[in-house]
Amino acid sequence: MSPVVTEAGQLSLVIEIGEMPVRVNTTDREFLRILQHRYAGYVNAGGNAEIEFDIQITPSGSADRDADVRVTHSGGRWTLTRGDFRAEWEPAQRRGWIRQTANPYSIDAVLRIVHTLMLARQGGFLLHSASAIRNGKAFLFAGVSEAGKTTISRLAPPDVTLLTDEISYVRRRGDGYVAFGTPFTGELAKLGENVSAPVAALHLLAKGSENRIEPVPAAEAARSLLANLLFFAEDEELVQATFHSAFEFVSRVPVSRLTFVPDPRVWELIR
Amino acid sequence: MSSLYVARNPRVAARGLDGEMMIMSGRDSTLFTLNKTATILWQSADGATPLKEIVESKICSEFEVEPAEALRDAETLARELANHGILQVSEQPIAQNLSGGESQ
Repeated sequence: MSPVVTEAGQLSLVIEIGEMPVRVNTTDREFLRILQHRYAGYVNAGGNAEIEFDIQITPSGSADRDADVRVTHSGGRWTLTRGDFRAEWEPAQRRGWIRQTANPYSIDAVLRIVHTLMLARQGGFLLHSASAIRNGKAFLFAGVSEAGKTTISRLAPPDVTLLTDEISYVRRRGDGYVAFGTPFTGELAKLGENVSAPVAALHLLAKGSENRIEPVPAAEAARSLLANLLFFAEDEELVQATFHSAFEFVSRVPVSRLTFVPDPRVWELIR
Repeated sequence: MSSLYVARNPRVAARGLDGEMMIMSGRDSTLFTLNKTATILWQSADGATPLKEIVESKICSEFEVEPAEALRDAETLARELANHGILQVSEQPIAQNLSGGESQ
């Protein structure tokens, strides 16, 4: 889809993930091309946006993407910093700016943070998990690095629609939850499909010598969910909101431990 | 031994589930799971009841332990929980809004 050229000569693109459109403005045509490629399937050139960011491209340097993220809130303004970017965002104005070099990784981190902040107030969250749709239902597969998120994604049969192999997007809807596809990829390096479905189950991944599913007690489920949530903000109100969201989720969605061998037959258990 | 009062820190989030009390620090998102004694302490920490009274009425009866020993242990535990920002400890009654971040 083509970008929009504004009156001021800015190039503009709307990246819509989880039904939340975010417009980014830049004067750098090459960076815009990077974004179009990076977020293919999630770009909506003409749509309205809930948030708008002006991107200030800085010259390449020795920015450190492995530095710690800091997300602080003061005077109605969020400040997001890492070694490779600085961003500010005023939710009341729905506007912000991002200062970074022309790379797709920095803005990807900013988008993840902004989505976690928005979702936290709405009972949703981003989760370290693969997710996929089968038979109209979404299944989440949570675990830390090496737990098997990418493996179970690779093993998915053709009738499964992959939403992500790394970061799941979960939104509260009515009495339940809906999982959305995300462009946030792991080792699979393949964008999830931009579709959604009601969440039927959360599986905590464990590798073992056989395929089996066992229910997990609610307290353990809540602890495991909290351990896998993406959350960055140094903000007491949002920490409390996210904490309670995790308990709400485990009270409404079945949570199980899925032990599996690296074998496609594990998907016979996921229906 | 001085008279101590304990109160829940309203800046944490707390939930009880399956008999376990879980608490998350609003300051740094650290998650704590309280043991049985700490859970009793948390649930009784209204800022107005002296710790000695909590120990005698709630802890000694539950664990069949000598009151003096139980109070020493409870004081140590209360101060540890205070260091983690979960409880407030004072030698005076503590006025507080108990609604805090807790729900069951």
